[in-house]
Amino acid sequence: MSAPGETPVTEIDCRDLPCPRPIIELAKALPSVAVGDLLAVIARDPAARHDVPAWCRMRGQEYVGEEVADDGAPRYVVRRVS
Amino acid sequence: MSSTPEVYLDAASSTPLHPAARETLLAALDRGYGDPRRLHAAGRDARLLLDNARAVVAECLDARPDEVGFTASGTDAVHRGLLGLTAATGRNGIVHGAVEHSSVLHAVAWRPSPAHAAIPVDATGRVDVGALVDAAGRPGVGAVALQAANQEVGTLQPVDEVDAPAGVPLLVDAAAAVGHVPLPRRWDALTASAHKWGGPAGVGVLVVRRGTRWTNPFPGDDGLDQLGGFPNVPAALAAAAALQATLAERAEVAARQFALVNHLRGAVRTLPDTEVVGDPVARLPQLVTFSCLYVGGDEIVSALARRGFGVASGSACTASTLEPSHVLAAMGALTHGNVRVSLGRDTTADQVEGFCAALAEEVHRIRAEAGL
Repeated sequence: MSAPGETPVTEIDCRDLPCPRPIIELAKALPSVAVGDLLAVIARDPAARHDVPAWCRMRGQEYVGEEVADDGAPRYVVRRVS
Repeated sequence: MSSTPEVYLDAASSTPLHPAARETLLAALDRGYGDPRRLHAAGRDARLLLDNARAVVAECLDARPDEVGFTASGTDAVHRGLLGLTAATGRNGIVHGAVEHSSVLHAVAWRPSPAHAAIPVDATGRVDVGALVDAAGRPGVGAVALQAANQEVGTLQPVDEVDAPAGVPLLVDAAAAVGHVPLPRRWDALTASAHKWGGPAGVGVLVVRRGTRWTNPFPGDDGLDQLGGFPNVPAALAAAAALQATLAERAEVAARQFALVNHLRGAVRTLPDTEVVGDPVARLPQLVTFSCLYVGGDEIVSALARRGFGVASGSACTASTLEPSHVLAAMGALTHGNVRVSLGRDTTADQVEGFCAALAEEVHRIRAEAGL
């Protein structure tokens, strides 16, 4: 969960995109986010649950955690650290 | 279409028949048709061939002939082995590594138990032995299942370090390991699959140590002699011949494959945003798995097939379930863009070199098309 008062500045909707598109969109969106800010990706693709944290590890970003979007879809939150 | 034959780099899925097994199979097809339970000449001939197959496999696996049974497949051997152990102990709970083959996971799911436990692995895929032994001591546990080597990433499991509590038998799924590495010594039951070592498909092996309690969990007589009905005698004999030939050349083949895979691992590591998964040293000699960011598993497998290289993938898009590989997930590895390369006994350095070049080009092309 996000800390109080802290909202991801960017959210990307990858609900209906197949693997590996959510990760591709995540990588493309990263430059639009300031270092220290949050980026959330909403994805139903089951691989995203493993691949968002793996992407963070490989790309040196921080995986914050998994939340649930209003419609129940998984929402994965990442902090840009570099 | 290219006229060049495909370079087959998926031996961990299934091997071509070992040349030494071919003559055996053809001869046994003519001789081994009888019912080995009958006392006529054809029956006695079939019995002779079947007993011969059992004796050879037993010697190769460091077992006694009466400890060896032939099954319909490696999966069938795991199901019968594991469920037969829990049936004999009367406790349904199975403790197993999180990265076991799906045949183990399916056997575990067959009879629900609160004592079932999947033991986590580290980032290389190696199971936590302490946690495994702890869980094995809990009430309701009837058996422990741990593979000799992982089928997807090649990591060897520390089977001989498992000191399971008395009365809780250990089944070792050795399907990925037989013919490639020395087998663990500490097991009560062991399973394998002939088409992974150069034998024909349709022959699995279940070995149950004398003194280990095991009962047939499925309909039919007890005992290992005719698991699942009428045996495929010619295939069993060919499987035995292939195993003998594979073990005779193992040291030489494994050393060559280990070096080729080291070279392949090095080449893959030079690709950006690509990680090689599995233990770099304590591994099967012939197998390497890696994942490429931003690349679809089906895309890269199809692209490599067009370039003349046959490989496997653990990515979700290549699986019938559309779920990513439970092995990669348990290791925390990237599940998309996954490629598993497994060399055959005659894979050459030139073929590996050609594969590395094609891989680099295709990964680059796929990423460029994705806008990355």
